[in-house]
Order: sequence, then C-alpha cells, then structure tokens
Amino acid sequence: MRLAVASGKGGTGKSMVAANLAFTLSWTEPVTLVDCDVEEPNLHLFFPAPAITTDVTVPVPFVDETLCDNCGRCGEFCQYGAITVLRNRVLFFPELCHSCGGCRIVCPRGAIHEQQKRIGIIATSAPRNNLKLISGMLDAGNPHAVPIIKAAKEQAAPDSLVICDTAPGTSCPVIETLDGCDTCILVTESTPFGLHDLQLAVDVADRLGVPAGIVINRSDGKDQKTLEFCTDHDLEVMMTIPFEREIAAIQSRGDLLCRQKPEWQKAFFALFLKCSTLAGGQR
Amino acid sequence: MIRLAVISGKGGTGKTMITAALAQLLPGSLVLADCDVDAANLELLLDPKLIRTEPFMGMKSAVIDPTLCVQCGECKEHCRFAAVERDMDAYRVSLLRCEGCAVCAYVCPVTAITMQPRQTGEIKYSDTRRGHLVHARLVPGAGNSGLLVHAVKKMALECDRDRDYFLIDGPPGTGCPLISTISGVDVVLVVTEPSVSGLHDLKRVVAVCRQFRPRILVAINRFDLEHALTETIQLWCSEESIPLIGKIPFDPAVIESVRNGVPVTQAGTSPAAQAIQILESKLEPELRHYRDPRG
Repeated sequence: MRLAVASGKGGTGKSMVAANLAFTLSWTEPVTLVDCDVEEPNLHLFFPAPAITTDVTVPVPFVDETLCDNCGRCGEFCQYGAITVLRNRVLFFPELCHSCGGCRIVCPRGAIHEQQKRIGIIATSAPRNNLKLISGMLDAGNPHAVPIIKAAKEQAAPDSLVICDTAPGTSCPVIETLDGCDTCILVTESTPFGLHDLQLAVDVADRLGVPAGIVINRSDGKDQKTLEFCTDHDLEVMMTIPFEREIAAIQSRGDLLCRQKPEWQKAFFALFLKCSTLAGGQR
Repeated sequence: MIRLAVISGKGGTGKTMITAALAQLLPGSLVLADCDVDAANLELLLDPKLIRTEPFMGMKSAVIDPTLCVQCGECKEHCRFAAVERDMDAYRVSLLRCEGCAVCAYVCPVTAITMQPRQTGEIKYSDTRRGHLVHARLVPGAGNSGLLVHAVKKMALECDRDRDYFLIDGPPGTGCPLISTISGVDVVLVVTEPSVSGLHDLKRVVAVCRQFRPRILVAINRFDLEHALTETIQLWCSEESIPLIGKIPFDPAVIESVRNGVPVTQAGTSPAAQAIQILESKLEPELRHYRDPRG
C-alpha cells in the first residue's frame, strides 16, 4: 500500500503522524517512510541514523559557443524565460529552467547539449529494524521541488508498504506526492485556518482520485465545525489527538509519542487499519 | 516604501497570526499581500471587503486535437513530464502534469497540438481597515504558485506604491513560492518555534534568504513550550548575528482570536498580544533603515 500524509495547512502534525505510524508498523512488517517535504524535510530528525546520500540531478542546457550563431530560436522557444540571446552571447538562468529539453530540439545548429545539474539529494537510512527512511532534500536556493520528490518516490517503488510525508499546500509538490497513492491521511487542527485549508486538501485528493480520511491533531475539544464538515463530505475522522503540553514537548524534542508513550501504538495501528480499509482492503 | 515579508520555513509556526497583528500595530499606511497562495489565511483575520477580482492565467497547457492527431506518439516520447497519456487509441494531455513547455506542440508533425491559456486561479483586491489586501486563490491542484505569488506582489506594488509599508504574509517552505516572495523585499521576519523541526527549518530558510538581499530578523513563537530549544535557537541567532526581536508565549488567547477572526492584538492585553507589541517596537527601528529614498 502507498499512503500519503498531507494537510493543506503547515504545522498541523503531518510528520508526527507519519513518523509514529511508521514506528508502530515497523514492529511487525517492513515499512518505507519517504520524506516528500523536500523543501523542509524533518523526518530524519526523529530517526537519526547514518545515511547513504545520492545526488538528484536534472538536465540543463549547455551552449557550445563555437557552433552557436546567436539566432535566438532557443530564447524565443523557452516558455520559462530561462534563456536570453544577446547579439554575441547566450545568457542562461538555471533557476528558471524546467529541464524540458526544448531549446536543444529547436536549435538549428546542434549547438545545445545538456549537462546534469545537482538540485538536491536523496538520503537513505535504516534507523530501525524493518524501517527504511528515504528523505528528499532540496538544495538551498533551488526552486524546483518536484524532481526531488519524483526521485524519492522512485527509490521506494519496489517496496510494498510506503508512507509518504507531504509538503504543506495544494500545488505541484503535493500533487507529485499524492499521485499514485492508494489513500491519504489529511491532518488538521480545529481552527478556522485548519478547516479552511482542510477543505482545499480534500479538493486536491478528490481531483486526484485518492481516498482520504481525517486526523484531528491538538484538539482542545472544540472540534464541532471540523466534525460537521467531515460528516457533510462523508469523510471519516480516523483519529483525534488531544492538545497536551506533554505530547507537544515530546514532539518538539524530536522524540516520538509512540516511543515515549507506547500505549499510543494501539491507536496508530488502528489508524493504519482504517487507511487500509479506505484503500480497498490493501495492506 | 518598506517591504517586509513574514516567513517561517516550517509551516504552522504563526506567520499569519503575527502578520495580522503587525498590520494592526505598524504606524503609517500599509498595503498587504498574502503570498501563501496555496492556502491563503490572512483574509480570515482581517475581514476584507472585496473590491475586484482578476483571473490568473498560469502557464499555457498543451491540447491535442483528436481530429488532426495521427497517433505517431512523438509528443509522448518527447514529453519530460509524462504528461501525454495514451488512452485506448487517443493521446491526451494530463493538465495536472503539463508544465507548458510546448515541446510536444513543436515536435508534432501534423500540428495537432496547440498551447492554450488556462485560468488556474484568481487574484483578489480587497479593502481592510488597515489598507488594501491583495490575496489569491489557486485552483487546488494547479501548479504555478510561484508565478501567482509574483502576480500578487505586482498588483500590490502597482496599486498602492505610495504606502509606507508593504507587509507580506509568506508561504512555508524554501522552494518556488518562497523565493518568489522574498525577491525584492527589504526585510524578512522569520517566525520559528522551539522544536528540533523549527530550528532545522529556520536554518534552511535563512540559508536561502542569504542568497538574496533582505535583512533577516527572527521571532520565536510559543517560546515557553520548550525552554531548552528556545535557548538553542537564541544561541544560534547570536552566533549568526541575526537579531532575535521577539519571543511570544504560548497563549490560548491566540486560538481564541483566530476563532473570532480578529488579530490577537485587537482582543486586548493577553500575554501573546503584549509580546507582539514589544516585537513591533523592536521591529520599527530595524525597518527605518530601509525607507527607500525614491519613495
């Protein structure tokens, strides 16, 4: 089964849910945890262990000036404004390039080749028996998260039980992560911000055809509006985690609720069973 | 005009709550922008009155005309984004995956593919008690959030160039929307929290900001939830010569004010509101350096 933990709003506890779920399940079966929040990956903080890293690269154009006659076709073609052709040279802005390869195809003199440019890394580790952690990490200042997410998910492709932690928001990185998942957990909190962004996240999961269930985190008991929304949209609230300073403190220190309070493992295992029902009985 | 963006790296640290409070406290005239276009929340605290909306056209998308397509498969072969799908005997472009590069349209031997504009969001221009607010709605699942951030900032600057402050509520993360948000701003206020994730994400977002030109300031929200980590963050800031200008305590009044749809500083004298007032008083002299002589 491929399971994503997403939220819309940031800081609702996605990583906390993903990490505790993986920790609990790894007692009984092999689990692969994939950190797809590549702009701000955090899961490795909860599972410190030596990691093997590999570079993620994307092809970017390289202009052979001995062949280029500055005709300007590449600059006209590039939809991202990544190439500007001056009278006697070609300026390339790598941060705007989407690596589509169009400039190479349109060049009439074969003057554009592609070379690989590093945009981030994938760190793989085995912090526990039965647990593999794959973290995508975007290099600072690089805008393109999607190729890193793609690479991280590819590395988990052969594994049978995969849990993906998603970036906040509703745009490209979230879509890339949710795409192909069997089910997703949407983590929310009972504030107008949480509910507003939950509605957006539900919409995204819907559009991608990924069945979703809800976890309410840091509940102070005033969950009525969230519960009403879930009833109206036929969404199951699979778990509610109360706001307690102690739970917050465990999380803040980079520790795990299920490690410090093993009684929570039962609840996370029950959450997993509900997800597997959502995914049509897959395990 | 002084341009200030409130950002965080990690989501959910309190950017929007602090932005709304600063909107209330900063002296002089303001224009506001919510650059967290994926999940815009500032409007929930500022009770905006909508003046007008404009459609946001993102990148164009490829559309295949099935009556012209000869099913040669060149488009699918050349697409680097796996956006061309073969469905039975027809080729189709997935709008979720298409990045608008136009390579398929170029390689199609029978010109069956055209690039067509597509509305992927809308930009809203509203009035609030503290000045105009430019906010946006991205169609959930659409890409181009960085472009939309750029369009939001552009509208604010074009319509309200003469204000004293341009106050921006930023997105989480360090990628495309964040870089688009901080480009051209004078000062960023990074809101963090005392957790290992908060510190880790603070370091990453500061590394990104340093590749641009803004002055960097830090505030710690809910600082009393984990004193040891607050001290670690404080120490790191001083080592890096980054001014720490505010420490806001955990305060149930914050959630209460969000539920009431008002800035926490409007509700009165809760501990969090007082701490943000102190933050604002330290922020103002930092901003004064940046008063742009060109106006």
